[in-house]
Amino acid sequence: MTARSLSRSAAGLLALAASPLVLAAGPAMDAAEKQPLNLHAIGMFFVFVLMTLGITYWAASRTKSTADFYTAGGGITGFQNGLAIAGDYMSAATLLGLTAMMYAQGVDAYIYMLSFFVGWPIILFLMAERLRNLGKFTFADITAYRLDQGKVRTMAAVSSLTVVCFYLVAQMVGAGQLIKLLFGLDYNIALVVVGALMMVYVTFGGMVATTWVQIIKACMLLIGGTAVGLLAFSQFGFSFDELTTRAMEVHKLGQKLLNPGSLLADPVTAISLGLGLMFGTAGLPHILMRFFTVTDAKEARKSVLYASGIVAYFFNVIAIMGLCAIIIVGQNPQFFEGGVIGGKVIGGGNMIAMHLANAVGGNLLLGFLSAVAFATILAVVAGLALAGASAISHDIYSRVIMKGKANEATELKVSKFATIGLGIVAVLLGMAFEKMNIAFMVALAFGVAASANFPVLILSMYWKGLTTKGALVGGYSGLVSAVLFVLLSKSVWVDVLGNASAIFPYTQPALFSMPIAFFMTWLFSTLDSSKAAEAEKEAFEDQYVRAQTGVGAATASSH
Amino acid sequence: MSSSMYAHIRRNPRFAELVAKRTRFAGILAAIVLVVFYGFVLLVAFAPELIGKRLFEGSNLTFGILAGLLQFIFFWILTLVYVRRANGEFDDINKELVKAAWKEEK
Repeated sequence: MTARSLSRSAAGLLALAASPLVLAAGPAMDAAEKQPLNLHAIGMFFVFVLMTLGITYWAASRTKSTADFYTAGGGITGFQNGLAIAGDYMSAATLLGLTAMMYAQGVDAYIYMLSFFVGWPIILFLMAERLRNLGKFTFADITAYRLDQGKVRTMAAVSSLTVVCFYLVAQMVGAGQLIKLLFGLDYNIALVVVGALMMVYVTFGGMVATTWVQIIKACMLLIGGTAVGLLAFSQFGFSFDELTTRAMEVHKLGQKLLNPGSLLADPVTAISLGLGLMFGTAGLPHILMRFFTVTDAKEARKSVLYASGIVAYFFNVIAIMGLCAIIIVGQNPQFFEGGVIGGKVIGGGNMIAMHLANAVGGNLLLGFLSAVAFATILAVVAGLALAGASAISHDIYSRVIMKGKANEATELKVSKFATIGLGIVAVLLGMAFEKMNIAFMVALAFGVAASANFPVLILSMYWKGLTTKGALVGGYSGLVSAVLFVLLSKSVWVDVLGNASAIFPYTQPALFSMPIAFFMTWLFSTLDSSKAAEAEKEAFEDQYVRAQTGVGAATASSH
Repeated sequence: MSSSMYAHIRRNPRFAELVAKRTRFAGILAAIVLVVFYGFVLLVAFAPELIGKRLFEGSNLTFGILAGLLQFIFFWILTLVYVRRANGEFDDINKELVKAAWKEEK
């Protein structure tokens, strides 16, 4: 594999593991054909929608204050939040994309899943309790804690909205493709359905409804995945040796199925991807927001414990599913176009998990897994819309424009209008980008999160010397450099703009844009000798005590 | 929250003890995860034949698969270890600190 195709596949992998975007990203998907109406799937999805709308109705009666809307009043337990985080983190593409990757690449995919998991322990050790102790509604509450409120919040809101918009559009395009494929619905109708449901959940039910949609979805994903995994593995007597021996006999990689291939052979791409995944996750506004929904640091730690346990378990289930599919799907002509084994898989490579469900559990299990995939998209877009809306209403409207004197009822109204606005924008952009190669959008979302949000956030928690000037220069240069690197990389410069070759040779910006952000933040903070900077450094002492002990932290509201 | 409350806590020697203990513990655990994981990634990049080596005669279990599985389990156990100590021992010191500070405040 050449370096170019390697970095391209790495970008594709990031995309597919990070979001349903995968379904729009791969060339296999361009040919995604509309399937006949799948009644089992639609029926089960209908049950899910009714259930979540019922929850939204109940949640609406509990969503009265801004605290209820943004963070469910801080009253979510660690276990519930752990499930919700897992639900937020494992998207439809995790299930579909990673199963397909295991099917095609073997053990490489297993190593890849490990790097997707390993960010969670790090977030727990370095960030979880400080996030909970310092934050209230958005992560800008932490970065602006002792710095200039107006400027730092504006920057945080700009980068949050950048991340949310790209991620949201990527999800929307993926959702449209997936639904067309699974349910036989028209692309534009699918987008309108997703956008409308998302707006209903968030505007009426706020964080309470969003959390429960994510919890239900995580449970459905676990049940569906486990059922398919067990049924498939039982065909091999639950024997790893039997499964792998037979898989190696028929797989085109043969014995190499269990040897690492080209996935991580280029250290630069591997490390840049790893950094982007690890610290991008720690800078995604909708993931960070989940830490403010729990009562205290104790529950925040427990959330990560449960979330990482679920993620680790599920990745291993996916590995088994992928290996089983090599024989069960890969040797069954029914799943190939024209009935030719080894030809083109019906519906494209990402349908492996769905075909496996069909093969081991019939139409019913296929329908259930399709409903899970749709539910997953809804849960992720709802979380994103909420994070975007809170950046607009809490950071920009309430703190920057009204300078903290906003009326709570008005702020709540602004956030609901912001949700509707974001929903409309996401649906329209989703329609506009239907035929475009949007692989760059997820790379961009993770790159900006890792380079603009994360450095300022971590330094504001750990480094006394951080000043407003440093945070602004560092944050904006992280934002701009991440965007520029992606713009000049193959995924935009060549694939979208049609130039002959890329100016920036890698698809992942994190390894380069993160050091720029850290360096600029350090440099301009150190050079800043203004009076304001002195006061900001002084204020670190109190912030430090609060970060460590939780004294003065925003507390749960009573219901 | 008044600044004097923070000052009380800061002056309490147990605060320094809490911070030192917890920072060290979290730092060590994070370092273990990063060293083990990136060590593994480097092995994958530079010694792929070791990763693909069969561990037992007649079995398909390779070093890479076992190491991957053990990392999933081991890293999760580390999070369990951290959560137990932080939610137990560290939070007890924390509670004590806050209580003492409230007393002084009054």
